[in-house]
Amino acid sequence: MVIDKKIEDLLTDISDPEIPVLSIMDMGIVRDIEMDGNNVLIKITPTYSGCPAMDTIAMEIKIKLEQAGYKATVKNILSPAWTTDWITERGRRALEKYGIASPLEASLDKRALLDGERIVACPQCNSTNTKMVSQFGSTACKALFKCEDCYEPFDYFKCL
Amino acid sequence: MNDNSLYKYILMLGDNAMILGHRLSELCGHGPSLETDIALTNISLDLFGQVRNYFQYAAEIKGADFDEDKIAFMRLEHDYRNTLLVEQKNTDFAFVIARQYFFDAYHILLLNELINSKNEQIAAIAAKSIKEVKYHRRFSSEWVKRLGDGTDVSREKMQNAVNYLFPYLNELTEETELEKEMKENGIGADLNKIRKIYFENIKALLTEATLKIPENIFSHSGGKKGVHSEHMGYILSNLQYMQRAYPNMTW
Repeated sequence: MVIDKKIEDLLTDISDPEIPVLSIMDMGIVRDIEMDGNNVLIKITPTYSGCPAMDTIAMEIKIKLEQAGYKATVKNILSPAWTTDWITERGRRALEKYGIASPLEASLDKRALLDGERIVACPQCNSTNTKMVSQFGSTACKALFKCEDCYEPFDYFKCL
Repeated sequence: MNDNSLYKYILMLGDNAMILGHRLSELCGHGPSLETDIALTNISLDLFGQVRNYFQYAAEIKGADFDEDKIAFMRLEHDYRNTLLVEQKNTDFAFVIARQYFFDAYHILLLNELINSKNEQIAAIAAKSIKEVKYHRRFSSEWVKRLGDGTDVSREKMQNAVNYLFPYLNELTEETELEKEMKENGIGADLNKIRKIYFENIKALLTEATLKIPENIFSHSGGKKGVHSEHMGYILSNLQYMQRAYPNMTW
């Protein structure tokens, strides 16, 4: 995907309303951008099928680009399915700073969620003495954890 | 195969997710603990996301006058093609978990077949959904084990739920004319292929959960042909209320 720098900057300003620190570019949900003069076609893909943020995100893209003088169309695509591997390094750092543990590699994720292995690091104190409280957290993409060193509860972004 | 068969098949795939998603949504705020409440409604949300994908595609096939809401809310009872299992009541937490596990175990095998569908949109929805459904099955199977291999009371409740719901399982992999047609066209799943492994998987988990596997059971079916249990009417009267009272209303 070759991205026009101006469009990229505009999109970097838009974030997932449920995780305001993570721009949609860092989230990896913008899959393709086609430009034809002032007309821009932006293809986005949902993180989870039922992600309630998709409609808001599509609307924000349209408003943002229109304010900058473009005419935007947003298309929802399903294939290939989104994966947490598409979250950028910058995105992962933003998540951690915000207090959400970023996804582990798939095999480690399984060990953390299924076997209760203590490998997810607490985003507050960095200890791995953490325990899963629930496989499903405040949104579909997160699981709820608790740190047994600093006692803070925190979200873990599940591997998908 | 014509477009109408494809349309009906997509609805059949979507209806299971929609009715089960609705049943789970009834538990919002009523789960036995905060964590299970949130988990069940998260699963509901995933299922509704999947339904939207199916119904948006179905509306596209059907043309101008159709949209996802119309398909979801404006059909009569006999036009819904979900299986009888998913419309069964939220009797208690053990029933909710058993129903969920029996469906999840089937759902994964079904989606695993649909990933190879010749129909690109169905294959894409399946590939997207299966990642979510793996989390669902993880949750439900863990609870089957915890309740089955738990206290005397939890085991008894879980066994009751298993005994009650077992007669509804055959229908999941029972092939209807429509499903046969779709399979032969390379679009639908081969249910005969799924059946054996489905029951093997279930039996293995129930055994691990120290539960008894019901034998010589009668088998209920009809939902896939539009013949539903008494629960369906109550579900639809709740689900369709807004559209029936205020036709074509939107948010």
